[in-house]
Amino acid sequence: MKPTDTSNPEYFHQVVDCQFGCPAHTDVPAYIRMIAQGEFSDAYMENRKSNVFPGILGRVCDRPCEPACRRGRVEEKPVAICRLKRVAADHRDDITSRLPKAPATSNGKKVALIGAGCASLTVANDLAPLGYEVTIFEALDTTGGLMRTNIPQFRLPPKVLDEEIGYILDMGVDLKTNHPIESLKGLLTEGYDAVFVGTGAPRGKNLEIPGRYDSDRIHIGIDWLESVAFEHTKEIGKKVLIIGVGNTAMDCCRTSLRIGAEDVKVMARKPRGFFKASDWELEDAEEENVEILINHSPKEFVIEDGKLVGMKFELMEYKVDDNGRIDRGTVTGEKIIPCDDVVLAIGQDNAFPWIERDIGIEFDNWDCPVVDETTMMCAIDGVFFGGDSAFGPKNIIWAVEHGHQAAISMHRYCQGEDIADRLPRGMNLASQKMGMHEWSFSNDYDPASRRIMPHVDLKKRFKKLDIEVELGFTAEQAIQEVERCLNCDIQTVFSADLCIECDACIDICPVNCLTITANGDEDDLRSRLSAPAENHEQPLYVSADLPHTSRVMVKDEDLCVHCSLCAERCPTGAWDMQKSTLLVPYAQDELAEEQSTSAAST
Amino acid sequence: MSFIAKPNVSHPGMPKNSLGLSQRDYEGTVSTLCAGCGHDSVTAAIIQAVFELGIEPHMLAKMSGIGCSSKTPAYFVSQAHGFNSVHGRMPSVTTGANAANRDLTYIGVSGDGDSLSIGVGQFVHAIRRNLNMCYVIENNGVYGLTKGQFSASADIGSKPKKGQPNLQEPIDAVSTALSLGATYIARSFSGDKEQLVPLLKGALMHRGFALVDIVSPCVTFNDHEGSTKSYAHTRQFYHNVINMDYIPPREEIKAAYDDGEAMPIEMHDGSTIVLRKIDREYEPTSRAASFKYLRERFNAGEITTGLLYLDESRAEMHELMGNVDTPLTQLPLDELHPGKEELKKLQSRYR
Ligand SMILES: Cc1cc2nc3c(=O)[nH]c(=O)nc-3n(C[C@H](O)[C@H](O)[C@H](O)COP(=O)(O)OP(=O)(O)OC[C@H]3O[C@@H](n4cnc5c(N)ncnc54)[C@H](O)[C@@H]3O)c2cc1C
Ligand SMILES: Cc1ncc(C[n+]2csc(CCOP(=O)(O)OP(=O)(O)O)c2C)c(N)n1
Ligand code: SF4
Ligand code: SF4
Ligand code: SF4
Ligand SMILES: [Mg+2]
Repeated sequence: MKPTDTSNPEYFHQVVDCQFGCPAHTDVPAYIRMIAQGEFSDAYMENRKSNVFPGILGRVCDRPCEPACRRGRVEEKPVAICRLKRVAADHRDDITSRLPKAPATSNGKKVALIGAGCASLTVANDLAPLGYEVTIFEALDTTGGLMRTNIPQFRLPPKVLDEEIGYILDMGVDLKTNHPIESLKGLLTEGYDAVFVGTGAPRGKNLEIPGRYDSDRIHIGIDWLESVAFEHTKEIGKKVLIIGVGNTAMDCCRTSLRIGAEDVKVMARKPRGFFKASDWELEDAEEENVEILINHSPKEFVIEDGKLVGMKFELMEYKVDDNGRIDRGTVTGEKIIPCDDVVLAIGQDNAFPWIERDIGIEFDNWDCPVVDETTMMCAIDGVFFGGDSAFGPKNIIWAVEHGHQAAISMHRYCQGEDIADRLPRGMNLASQKMGMHEWSFSNDYDPASRRIMPHVDLKKRFKKLDIEVELGFTAEQAIQEVERCLNCDIQTVFSADLCIECDACIDICPVNCLTITANGDEDDLRSRLSAPAENHEQPLYVSADLPHTSRVMVKDEDLCVHCSLCAERCPTGAWDMQKSTLLVPYAQDELAEEQSTSAAST
Repeated sequence: MSFIAKPNVSHPGMPKNSLGLSQRDYEGTVSTLCAGCGHDSVTAAIIQAVFELGIEPHMLAKMSGIGCSSKTPAYFVSQAHGFNSVHGRMPSVTTGANAANRDLTYIGVSGDGDSLSIGVGQFVHAIRRNLNMCYVIENNGVYGLTKGQFSASADIGSKPKKGQPNLQEPIDAVSTALSLGATYIARSFSGDKEQLVPLLKGALMHRGFALVDIVSPCVTFNDHEGSTKSYAHTRQFYHNVINMDYIPPREEIKAAYDDGEAMPIEMHDGSTIVLRKIDREYEPTSRAASFKYLRERFNAGEITTGLLYLDESRAEMHELMGNVDTPLTQLPLDELHPGKEELKKLQSRYR
C-alpha cells in the first residue's frame, strides 16, 4: 500500500467515528471533554455550531453517531453521545450573548424559506448573521414542522423547541405563519434573490385494502399525531392497532396510551431484526407494555354494522438467507384481531401540489424533485431544497446538514459566485503531549458500562400527554459516561523517519493495533497483522518505509482505544498523540474568505 | 514509566490457547524499563511463547538476578512463581528450586552483566549440571541498571556513550555454553519475534539446559553509533543461519517441511523441532563444526543467530543423579526425611 496521506482531512476525520457518522459532523469528543470539565455552555455552543438544536437533538436525534461509535466495537455499548448532548443543554448557563447576531444593516439580498421546519430554520440561522433579509413562510400557525406536530411532547417538550427556535427567529427573521405557499411560480416572481424549499414530506402513506373507507376510526399516523398535538383529537378507543413498526409507529402507540387506549398492539409484517424503528424507541415502547406482534400482514378491515371491530391479517413465515436477507414470505394462515381504532404508520411520501410542473423543476419517479446532493439546488437556478423535501423522509440532523449546505450555496449564488466552488473541509493537528507521560486529555481507559437513562415512573407518566419521560442524566451519570469516550480525535500520528523498530509500541498496545511488516497490497497486509483486521470499513494507516529494514508500520484503526501507550513507550517520539480538529466551512466562513481575499487584492 | 495501567480491553478476535486463556492473561504489570528497551520486546516474546505452549501459570517459575533484564519477570505471567535473587546468583537459586520441584517449568531471565560478569561462575556450573531450565540472557553489552558500564559481553572496539572503547575480550555466552556441553543453544534478537518466539518455545520444552542469548539493545546507554549492540548495528550484521519451528505433540508436521532441507528432531515430550538450514554449511548437531563456524563468523563481525546447537540425548541433572521422579515437594515427610537411623545406615556404607 502507499503511505497513508494524513494531510487529507478526510483521513483523520474518518477515525473519529461519531463525527464521521454525524451528517452534520458534530465534534463529539470535543464537547464530551468540555462536559467532563464542567464547561456546559462551551459544550452547548460547540454543538450548536454544527447541529443548531442541541437541546432538541439531545433528546430526539436519530443518533447515527452511536452505532458508529468505536466504544461499541471495543465493548458492547457505544458512548451515550445523544444523552450527553442533553447534559450540555440542560446545564448550560444563559448563552444568548454568545449567539450569532444579524448585522445592523442588511446586505441588500432577500431570501424566502418555505416551511418553518428544522431545515429552513438552519438556513435562517446561517444566513441572517450575514445580513440577509430572511422571510419564512409557514402554512401552520406555529414553527418547528414535524418536530412540533409529530414528535410527541413526552419526548420533546415545547419549551425546548420554543427556546432553540427563538434563538434563530430573534436574529430578525421575518416569520409569516398561516401563510401556505400555494404556487412556487408565483413566489418566484416576488423578487427574492434565492428561495429555499423546506416543506418536508407531508403525506402519510395509505393502506388501500378492503374496508379502508368504511370507518372513520382508521387514521393516518402523521396526521393523527398532528391532530393530537393541536388538541383536535383528545381520545382514542380502548383497543388500538398500530400498523407498521417504524419510529412513527412508536410515537403513535405511546401517544395512544396517553389518551385513553388500554390495549395497544403494534402489528409488524416482518420478524424482529427487520423493524425500522430504532432500538431505543422499541425499548421505550415495550417498557410501556406495548405489545409487538410479528409476522402479521394486513389483509382487510373488519367492519360490522358500519363499525370497525377488528382487522384481518395474514400470518406470515419468512426465510432469511446467510447474508441476512429476508424473502417475501409465505402465508400460513389468517387471523382477526379485534380493535376500536387503527393507526397507519407505514411511511411518508413527498408531495408538492403547489409546485407547478411546467416551471423547470425535474421530478423523479417518486415525485421527488431532482436536487444536487452537494449544492442542494434543483434545475431552476436559485431554488434550493433541503430536509425531507429534498430526498424523502430522513431525520432532523440530516435536515440541519442540508440547511447548512443550502445556506452556503444560497450565499454564493446571491454573491454571483460559482456554487460548486465551495470551501473544502480542513484539518488542524496539534500535539497533546504535556510531559514524559502526560497528556492534555484523560487517556486512561475507564471500563464503566453505559449509563442508563432514568425515566419517570410508569404509574405517573400517562397522566398527561406532556410529561417528559426521560429525566436526563444525573451529575454522577454524566461524570461516568464522559469517561467512556475514547477521544478518537486524539490521533496516533506516526513519523517513519524516527522509528528504530524496537517494537515497544507493538508490545504495549492493548488491542494489538500495530504491526511492523513487509509492505503488500491491502488484502495481503490485512492477513498479516498482529490481530485479525476484518473490519474493512476502518482504514489501515500505513507508514513510509522504515529506515532500518524498509518494512512498514501498519496500524489498523478499528479498535484503537487512544490510550497513548504507544506514544509513551516510543523512545524516539515516532508516535505522537495529536488532536485533529475538523474545520467544517459554513456560510459564515465563505463570507470571511471572500472578505480576506478582497482585502488582499485591494 | 507510564502512569496508566495497560487498559483491560482486548481485541475480540484474539485467539485463546488450549487452556482457554488469552495472551493478555499471561501479562504482568506494566514495565518500568526505559521506553524502547529491547528487554520489553523479549518480555512480549516470552508472553507469546508461554501462551502458545499453553503452560499453566502456576506451573511456571520465573527466576532472576539483578539488572534491568532481571526485573522483567515482573512484567510477564503475574500468576507464576517467581524468585528475584541476588546479582549473578540466579543459577544456584534455580538449581535449588529445580532440585526441590522438578515438575515446574523454569525460566531464568538474566543479563550479560548478571550472567557473564559477576555471575559467570554460577552460569557455567548450571550448564555443566545440565539443569533443566530455559536460560535467557538479555544481552546489551552493558550494565543498564547501573547506567551503562561495559559488561563482559562488550565487543572489542565497541564505543561507550562517553569515554574509551572496550579493549578486553568479550565472553560469548553461546561458545561458552557450547564448550561446556549445553544441550540447546540459540541466539536471537529482541527485534525479531518471528525467530525468537519459536526459539523460546523450544527452549521451554527442551529437557536440559537451554540457553537463549538475545541481543537486546539498551536504548538509553548503548544504542549509539559505534556500539556493537545497537538496533542499527544488530540489524546490519544479523546473520540467520538456521530457522526452527516448534511443533507441539500430536500436531501434524506440515508438508512444507518435506523438502530435504528440513531436519525434524523429536523431543522428549513428543513435540518436534524442525530445523531448516539457511546456510547449508551449518551443522547444528556437531559441537566441533558449530564451534568452528561460529568463531569464523564472529571474526567476520557477524552475529550468527538461530537454533545453533541441539542435543536431545543427554541426561539432565535429575537423571544424572538418579533422583526420584516425584518432586521432593510432593514426597511424604517420612520418605523425604527417613530419620536418624536411616542416615546412620547410609553413612556406614561409605566408611
Ligand atoms: C412521527 C415522527 C416522529 C419522528 N421522530 C423523529 C425523531 O425522533 N428524531 C428525528 O431526528 N427525526 C424524527 N422524525 C423525522 C423528522 O421530524 C423530519 O425528518 C424533520 O422534521 C424534517 O424537517 P424538515 O424541515 O425537512 O420538514 P418538516 O419538519 O416536515 O417541516 C416542514 C414545514 O413546512 C411547512 N409547509 C409544508 N408545505 C408548505 C407550504 N406549501 N407552504 C408553507 N409551509 C409549508 C409544514 O407545515 C412544516 O411546518 C420523525 C418524523 C415523524 C413523522
Ligand atoms: C553484588 C552486586 N554487585 C553489584 C551490583 C550493582 N549492579 C546492579 S545491576 C548491575 C549490572 C546489571 O547488568 P546486566 O545484568 O547486564 O543487566 P542490564 O541492566 O544490562 O539488563 C550491577 C553491577 C549489585 N546490585 N549487586
Ligand atoms: S468513543 Fe468518543 S470519540 Fe470515539 S466514536 Fe465514541 S463518542 Fe466518538
Ligand atoms: S493509542 Fe496506541 S497503544 Fe493505545 S490502542 Fe491506540 S495504537 Fe494501541
Ligand atoms: S537502562 Fe538500558 S537496559 Fe535498562 S531499561 Fe533502560 S534501556 Fe533497558
Ligand atoms: Mg546488560
